[in-house]
Order: sequence, then C-alpha cells, then structure tokens
Amino acid sequence: MAGSGTAHLRPDAERVVVVDDLVVEYPAGRGKVHAVSGLSLDLLPGETLGILGESGCGKSSAGRAVMQLPSPTSGSVRLGDVELTGLRARRMRAARSRMQLVLQDPVSALNPRRRVKDLVVEGLEIWGWGTRERDTFVDELLSSVGLDPETVRERRPHELSGGQCQRVCIARSLALDPDVLICDEPVSSLDVSVQAQILNLLERARERLRLSMIFIAHDIAVVKNISDRVLVMYLGKTCEVLPSASLEAALHPYTRLLLASVPDAADAGGADAPAVVGELPSPLAPPSGCRFRTRCPLATERCTIEEPVLREVRPGQFTACHHVDAPEES
Amino acid sequence: MSTPLLEVTDLRTVFHTPRGDVHAVDGVSFSLAPGESLGLVGESGSGKSVLGRTVMGLIGSGATTTVSGSVLLGGRSVHDLRPAERRRLWGPEVAMVFQDPMTSLNPVKRVGTHLTETLRRHLRCSRADAVERGIDLLRQVGIPEPARRMRQYPHELSGGMRQRVVIATALACDPRLLIADEPTTALDVTVQKQILDLLASLVAERTMAMVLVSHDLGAVAGRTDRVQVMYAGRTVESGPTRPVFAAPDHPYTDALLASIPRLGNPPHTLLRTIEGNPPDMGRPPEGCRFAPRCGFASARCAEEQPVAAVVPGGREVACHHPILEVSRGR
Repeated sequence: MAGSGTAHLRPDAERVVVVDDLVVEYPAGRGKVHAVSGLSLDLLPGETLGILGESGCGKSSAGRAVMQLPSPTSGSVRLGDVELTGLRARRMRAARSRMQLVLQDPVSALNPRRRVKDLVVEGLEIWGWGTRERDTFVDELLSSVGLDPETVRERRPHELSGGQCQRVCIARSLALDPDVLICDEPVSSLDVSVQAQILNLLERARERLRLSMIFIAHDIAVVKNISDRVLVMYLGKTCEVLPSASLEAALHPYTRLLLASVPDAADAGGADAPAVVGELPSPLAPPSGCRFRTRCPLATERCTIEEPVLREVRPGQFTACHHVDAPEES
Repeated sequence: MSTPLLEVTDLRTVFHTPRGDVHAVDGVSFSLAPGESLGLVGESGSGKSVLGRTVMGLIGSGATTTVSGSVLLGGRSVHDLRPAERRRLWGPEVAMVFQDPMTSLNPVKRVGTHLTETLRRHLRCSRADAVERGIDLLRQVGIPEPARRMRQYPHELSGGMRQRVVIATALACDPRLLIADEPTTALDVTVQKQILDLLASLVAERTMAMVLVSHDLGAVAGRTDRVQVMYAGRTVESGPTRPVFAAPDHPYTDALLASIPRLGNPPHTLLRTIEGNPPDMGRPPEGCRFAPRCGFASARCAEEQPVAAVVPGGREVACHHPILEVSRGR
C-alpha cells in the first residue's frame, strides 16, 4: 500500500524502538481526523530522532501513539522485543516504565498539590522501590538536572518558574532509568535563555545515561541541534528522513519551505527568501495523492493521483516526492 | 531627520501589588520617525509588552498603577488626554495587534462587523461604504475571497487568517503608528513568515511607523530598522538592527544571541547559556540588573546603575563594561 514507505528503516541494526505503519485517527462528527497515516520509524540505541513539522501535522499524536497514550488505530510499535499494541494493562505499565514522556507545558504536567521531592519519585513509588535512600536519591536527581535540592525540595510547582518545572519533569522522567525518552515540544513554552539551558541538560543526560530519544518540535534549528536523524512530517505523512547534519541539503519541497521560513537573527536573511503560499489543509479531508501538493511549487497531475513513497535519494537521505531526483554525485 | 512621530521619555510603569511595587517599565526612552520600524525584544518579564501598552495608553495611572514620564504621539501627550479624546486617537493615529488572534476577535460577531464597526465609528461613512472598504482591506492583507470571509465568524478561519483579520482591523483607519505585540507567536513558522512579511510590506507601502514587540530575535531581525533590547524593565542596548545583532555591545544581547540554536551548528552542539533567572521585579537588584548573571560583572556593576551611553555606530548601551570593537579585537 502506498503509505509513506519504509525504505528508511534499518532492519539489520540493533533497534530500541520500531514503529511500523502507524495510523492514528480520531472520530470527529461524521468524519474522522487523519492525524497520522502510515508512519514508520526506528530508533537505534543512543540515537536521537527529531520529528519536525507544523502544528496539526500529527507529530504529537505520533509521539503519544508510540507511548500507547492512547493506542494507535492500527500499526505496530515494538520496544526492544515487546510488541506494545494490544498488551494487557499490567504488562503495558511495565513496558512503559522503560519509556518516558516529557511534555510541552511543564506546569500543567505536574500535580499542583504535591511537593517537588514527591513529584520526582512518583514513578519509583508506583514500582514499590525502597524508600530507604529516598532522600539522597531525590537530591541526586535534582542536582543532576541542575536544581539546588535545598531550595526546591519542599516547593510546589506554582512556586517554580517554567524552566524549573521543566527540569523537575525531566528529573522524574529520568528517575526510572528509561531506555527511551520522548520529548514533545519540551522547550517551546520557554524563553530563549531557558530553552538553551534545557536543551543542554537533555543533551548531557542523553550522553550520561545512553538514552535513545525521540525529540518532537516545530523549530527546525532546535531539532537540528539535538538530533542525529530528522524525520519531517506533513499532515500525517512522512516527507523526508535524513541525517540532521545534512538537513540544509534537504530536497523535499516542504523541508525546503521550512528551511526558507526560518527567521535567523544572525544573518537577517529571512525576509529575502521566496514567498510562501497557503496553509495546512484540513486533516478531516486530506488531499489525494501527495498531501503537500496543494502548497507545493512543483506539483503536477501525477501528484494528485499517485502518492509518493520514500526512496533513497542520497546515502542516508530518504525523500517522498515525485519531482526530486537523486543529484548526480560530482 | 524629520520630527519624531512618537517620543517616549523616561517612561515608568509601576504596578502596586500586595507584595509591593513592581517596576515593570523603569525609565525607558525612545523616539520613532514616521515610516520607521522599531523592534522591542526581550524575554518574558522584561517589560516589553507593558511598555507597548503604556505607549498605546491602554495602561494609565489609576488605583493600582502609576505611570510617569511622557509619551508624545504627534506632539500630544497620550496620558494627559481625556478618555474620549484618547479613544479618537486609537484607530486613526495608533492601532495595536495582539498576540492571540482568537481572543482579540469577538467570537459572536462576523469578520465584517469587526471591520465596519471601526470604519463607521471613526470615518463616519455609510454601511455600504464601510463594507466595500472592509473587503478592500481584507484583500490588502492577502485574504482570498474577501467578500465571503466578511460574512464568516472568527472560528471558521485558521489562526493565520484570523491574525490577518486583526491586522486589517488595525489598519482600517490608516493609523500612523502600529504597535504589534508578539503578532506571530501563536502561529506556525511558515505562517509566521507570511504575517511578518505582510507587516513589513504594509509599513513600506503606507509609510506607517511600527513597533514590533517580540521575544523572537529572528522575527525582529530582518524586518525592523532599529532594535531596542529590554531586560528587567530597562533598555540595555538600542541601535540599528543589523549591526546590533551582528556584533552586540551589551553582554546580555550577546548572551541572548548566543543561546539561540543555529541552523548552521553541527548536531549535538552544546549552547552557551545565561546562568540563573531574571530578577524578581518586586525586588530588583541594585545597580545593573543583569549583573548577577553577567560574565563581565565587577563590583561597580552591583552598586552603580549604568547609564545609557552613545557608542560608535549610533548605538546606546547601558553597561559599565560594553563589548566594544576594541575588546573584540577587530
């Protein structure tokens, strides 16, 4: 079936997470919202995969479906050798402790009535881990995310800043020593200077704990800075998968459009880039064929009829577009 | 240089709260010539939005607020006008675009009503005239099928379209000054670029002056003539946009720019961060407010408030130890 293709998967490598043909649909009145339509991805140990896209492209739905929050409409999600879809509740909870989610709004992600010292070890309590060395463990966790245990231990979320709350969220997601961390726009509600602190924190935690990470964001520069590999989504489909080091050599017209839209304080060149037309079509009735064709400068008759499938255009770079040719190696 | 359209001198906005006085804007001065655009940047809590609103006259002295200093718009003091006179100013002289286009439109009124209301009130034109002008305004801000859009309600439009309607409403009476407070923060990157380009072209076409308030340095970079960087209620640096961003003189501007992830960085780059948090505006530090977080701070910075001094290149920098060309070794 013409999904978005699976050419970019790496079946020969050791993989922590394998997602195959993931579909997420939500009922909406008489129709349904096609949030994610046939997404496939895999994650190697210690790798960071960035998922990039605008609001409504299904990137958050995809991240949550991987966590089974809620379970996807169809498709498979494997964590190590455990198939997560269709697991019974008890085993699902066990599997989920190896995967943690960090959300966009850190303040609403924390129970406002609990203190920081209880919030960070909530996961451990659920799993009945000993309370003997609890205090030292709390302090270690808080220090590891750059918080001063003395100051914040007894506080409640409303007494902390947004950046501090996000640090608490990260601390508690690391408490269970997960294999995979899924970050859904973890820095988009934060100020620039705080954003840099959190990004550095995630980067150091990944190195120290050998985490695999799925990093979901709309900011192309943020995604590039933190990821090894970037997957670009548009309206529930994959446009392009490529190593983040060669992101600027992206070929898919949508990735090019995103690149051209970046306002950069340094070169102030954003204003000279080509004008962009149109907005995201409704995910209730996505366009036939290639979903980007309504805004694409290259679109032709063929794009209406036939859906493009991911194919390798350069080593490690996979593009789903009829009008992109593999450039000649010179 | 022609006479300034807007002249703000030593403006102070103090909120009296139960926890003490909060000096949100603390002695800010600037002027704006007709057709000139100014970027007002800073992190949350820097006072940039309060400054925008005080200039507009939306925040004035009252039981809980004290405004001092002066705001002269076309030679008239905004804060000494009677309320009825000030209302006549809003529209033909100065108009404002807010961050969230959904909450600045009335959800039970049609798009057309928003436009014709303003037109009929200020220009005293007939209903049919107003409708015709409204359609023309929607066309100017790039809304397709303007006649049909006039009859729709705000919820029927996308976020980008709504913001265009808000901009059209603000432009209805052909203001001489437009204050845009984070106009694109709620929008997607590709749409953000469209809106910023639209504002920039409207400013050029109408020789309208614009104050663009934003936390996003990139958004301000390509589209303003001058930039003013705020920290904790005060201006730290101001000057021509391009040179300021290319080689900042104030350590805060420098650190802020360095903490933005760049597209040109290789993956897994650690960013330079600004340690600590912005000060509590109820109890700001003595002397330079950035001193506790500044890498260049000396004993003098903790005691003596730096005064804005003109440095070569037409910039003003409020710092005892500015990073001037000499120390940069150029």
